[in-house]
Amino acid sequence: MERRKFIKQTSIATAVVAGTPSFNLFAETKKSKKITILHTNDVHSHIDPFSPEDASFPNKGGVARRLTLIEAIRKENPNTLLLDAGDIFQGTPYFNFYGGELEFKLMSMMQYDAATIGNHDFDNGVNGLAAQMPNASFKMLSSNYDFTNTAMDGLTKPYEIFIKDGIKIGVFGIGIQLEGLVTPALSKETQYLDPTEISQDMTRILKEEQNCDLVICLSHLGYSYKYDKISDVTLAKKTKNIDLIIGGHTHTFLEKPTIVKNAADVDVIVNQVGWAGVNLGRIDFEFDLNGKATATSKTITI
Amino acid sequence: MIRIFLSLVLTISLLGCKDSQATLTHIESHQLPVTDSIQANQDVLDYIAPYRKRIDEEMSAVLAYAPQSLSKKEGPYNTAIGNMMADAVFKLSNPVFKKRTGKNIDAVLLNHGGIRSTLNAGDVTMRSAFDIMPFENSVVVVELTSDQVNEMFDYLKSGTAHPISNMQLVLDEKNEIKTATINGNSVENSKTYFIATNDYLQQGGDHMTFLSEPLSMEVLDYKIRSILVDYFKEQDTIAPVRDNRFIKE
Repeated sequence: MERRKFIKQTSIATAVVAGTPSFNLFAETKKSKKITILHTNDVHSHIDPFSPEDASFPNKGGVARRLTLIEAIRKENPNTLLLDAGDIFQGTPYFNFYGGELEFKLMSMMQYDAATIGNHDFDNGVNGLAAQMPNASFKMLSSNYDFTNTAMDGLTKPYEIFIKDGIKIGVFGIGIQLEGLVTPALSKETQYLDPTEISQDMTRILKEEQNCDLVICLSHLGYSYKYDKISDVTLAKKTKNIDLIIGGHTHTFLEKPTIVKNAADVDVIVNQVGWAGVNLGRIDFEFDLNGKATATSKTITI
Repeated sequence: MIRIFLSLVLTISLLGCKDSQATLTHIESHQLPVTDSIQANQDVLDYIAPYRKRIDEEMSAVLAYAPQSLSKKEGPYNTAIGNMMADAVFKLSNPVFKKRTGKNIDAVLLNHGGIRSTLNAGDVTMRSAFDIMPFENSVVVVELTSDQVNEMFDYLKSGTAHPISNMQLVLDEKNEIKTATINGNSVENSKTYFIATNDYLQQGGDHMTFLSEPLSMEVLDYKIRSILVDYFKEQDTIAPVRDNRFIKE
């Protein structure tokens, strides 16, 4: 098995080299590429930092500082994606007053690449969310909410493929069950579809059909539950071909990302960085393009 | 081995459709705390400023005055701040409900957990209303059967100071219901009752299941926070008291 994998990997890598001018064949020395993924979740309209008197997060967070951090990382590695796992709205008067306008405008200013939809993003109804979409220059990704017959119809995409330095990165969005969390008056005719089945469809498209090098799930399912409810950890176990799940909803502060074995016994990284923008998550993925690559497994430093 | 290798190369070269193929070799993660040691981006600060200014102006608007702080922790059974909220809902929702339906609200039930902060002594501002009620929940009036109303009183026996108005519940030493009245009268089997609450509780919040299947329901589109703001504006001084609407003998 390992041997077959080795042959396959080697030959595929060689094929790319073979596609370049022939005198280069096998002549290339080490070539590696790095993709940086930055992520937030459950920012909940926390545009300003917490006050110095705050009992839990004194002086933490703030969009203006976050952008300084992001810009420094982009300077270090221009091949960076910036993602958010939902619940952008609700939590400070900025949302009550402006309905999410400033949240979306600032995310656009920070050049977020994509986000998914959390339950609180329905707090002004599916119409209120749709009304703010012109302020979002980033992609709103949602693969398991069917917005047919709602104002959000056509304003989301199930997935997006980003190409950074020739590396294909497929990102798809997964939302939580709305029943019990979002009143039907707000979600209107939004239909929630099974996250596991939809994720299987998404990974088939992104990995098998589109040959993405990296597949990322932006999830608002929640990290994990004591009772039987689909979560990031269970989704990771039940699926394959997802490299990274960036989670939200449960406001989980993880000391480090969790590594979960997927259905094909391959490592999946599950991460979440608390809430309110007090942390920015960073995960770097290094790729080897060397035709003589011998690596049969990746190393993970967390 | 070499033959297999070459034929694979050939096959893939012929297919030649891979946009890119790279081998993932290394993953590394770091969590970056956003602290005050990071310089704030000035463009962002400038962009936020007018939005913040308008909020600060509106939030600091003084609506009334509170001689004493009011905390929901002064219970059990009933609290001054909870009584104020339930009475405000009763007073301000009823004209809206009556205008629409020609009927009167019989009583109000809210939830203790829905009081999100203390009302501090001093100026009562718009920010006070947002602090007490940051959520967008609105008033709904449900028409309940006498059985459902009795279920409501049973639910309240736990002693949690859920805010109520225009009803009274007296528990005996064993925490059983001694008297339960709405508008001063015992619950009549043949009657139905119009209870004002919020949409969160009506939809199963705090497991108030007796609100889930009402005979009829009127959604008032009147937010609880707006009720508080309107109530504060009407009053000069905010000084509600604990009383005997829910007590244990």
